[in-house]
Amino acid sequence: MRSTQKFGETLKAGLWKRIPPFRLVLGLCPSLAVTQSAENGFGMGVALALVVTLSSGIISSLRNIIPSKVRIASYIVIIATLVSIVEILMKAFFFPLSEQLGIYIPLIVVNCIVLGRAEGFAAKNPPLISMIDGLSVGVGYTISLTLIGSIREIFGKGEWFGMQVMGQSYEPMTFLVLAPGAFVTIGILLGIQNLFSRWRGEKFVQG
Amino acid sequence: MAGLLNVSVSPHVRSSESVEKIMWTVVACLVPPLLLSVFVFGIQVLLIAGVSVISCMAVEAISQKALGRPVTVKDGSAALTGMLMAFVIPPGVSFLLPILGAVMAIYIGKHLLGGIGYNIFNPALLGRAFLLATFPVAMTTAWLVPLTDGAIFSYFNSGVDAVTTATPLAVMKEQGMDAFRQQFGAPSEIYASFFLGWRPGCIGETSGLLIVLGGLYLMWRRYITWHIPVSLLGTIGLLTWVFGGETLFTGDPLLAILTGGALLGAFYMATDYVTSPSSKTGQMVYGAGIGALTVLIRLKGGYPEGICYAILLMNPLSTVLDNWFKPKRFAPPIGGEK
Repeated sequence: MRSTQKFGETLKAGLWKRIPPFRLVLGLCPSLAVTQSAENGFGMGVALALVVTLSSGIISSLRNIIPSKVRIASYIVIIATLVSIVEILMKAFFFPLSEQLGIYIPLIVVNCIVLGRAEGFAAKNPPLISMIDGLSVGVGYTISLTLIGSIREIFGKGEWFGMQVMGQSYEPMTFLVLAPGAFVTIGILLGIQNLFSRWRGEKFVQG
Repeated sequence: MAGLLNVSVSPHVRSSESVEKIMWTVVACLVPPLLLSVFVFGIQVLLIAGVSVISCMAVEAISQKALGRPVTVKDGSAALTGMLMAFVIPPGVSFLLPILGAVMAIYIGKHLLGGIGYNIFNPALLGRAFLLATFPVAMTTAWLVPLTDGAIFSYFNSGVDAVTTATPLAVMKEQGMDAFRQQFGAPSEIYASFFLGWRPGCIGETSGLLIVLGGLYLMWRRYITWHIPVSLLGTIGLLTWVFGGETLFTGDPLLAILTGGALLGAFYMATDYVTSPSSKTGQMVYGAGIGALTVLIRLKGGYPEGICYAILLMNPLSTVLDNWFKPKRFAPPIGGEK
């Protein structure tokens, strides 16, 4: 009973309590760079979710073997292997998307979310729950990036997943597709989440 | 009686000046150019300015309420921001633009950075830069042709929303000096028409004369000092004279000062208390920096006018300049300054 509760909580935590990038404030670089459209955000999120789930599982099952002095290097080797697999898979099956995301797929290796989950959770917990944690953070990231991408795409281009949603007379706000628009969008969403948490009286620690 | 025995910290100087009075005076100084541009471009100008001022004041009140700060919308700073923003956007745009600009300028540019006195950037120019990045087409083409027969209500009668045209600086940049002469006349005519304001452009670009008169009035009231405007315009003139022509030393300094937003920027934008240095030397350097960046953007950059970005780039440097040009202490500590 207690373990199911713990599993459920871990599964929920990544969707609100430590949803990246808003609560963890990690992984901001791809959040800013690839979210010009909902599709790009979604693709990036799924790629990261896959990597973080598997890496958490592997690192957690090896946690008693890896010497703590060289743990970061060992984590990086594991993560880099997984990222290479994801990159090759994306090139094979989703070529246009992988062209769009470009360098940001290989850069998942140094994404702070993956390393943060490995260091903060997988290194201390058994494999199954670590994988659930990785999955929930990854899904949270996918939701956030799709949301950011949707807002920027709808208001910045008048489209959503490439479909026209705004009328012909709508004049796109180019600002939102440019880099500063990403900062403003993320800031506003973060503010809204904090406001909502405060209104509900939630206790939360940033990070 | 209790008031007389009050013990308070310095400053003890009494003055009737207040933020409120200064801000509303500056707004009043901007009314004559606004009225003139109503005669030049038609009544739509007044509507744009009204929308801009009202939305800035509304956003100020709402954001102060939302952030739990005292609502100081009556102090006129939001009204001034709205007025200045209306002066730097094309008069032919839709009313949505000044409203969005007001949200960006007042809420994000001012209140999220700490409120009046803490904003790093000039809010009105931030609003303009945001609008230029958001609606590049509208912000660079919606200029109105000056009316010739004084028909200020023609906007309501004609089916056309706005007949757009190019601004003098855009003509000069894209088509060269000859096209410019052809469209706007011989040098002496150009100076006269530019100074008196019969040309396409923003509201703030119309009459150099009224802008300068307003600026001089503010100087006479000692609300602003001569340092920033003089060093700014001097730098623009000097650098344009040296580099603006086809060969060195053949540019037209007077034209450079009279065209675009140079005068408005020098007297009203760059002298904003919050975003400019307070030491006199710092102000001279600040003005010269804005002038140099403006000329650089005008001559080498992609935009015909650069004073907006030049001021925005120099704004965050103003605290640094104040630090560099700290006044020397009269009595250095024993052993000298370290």
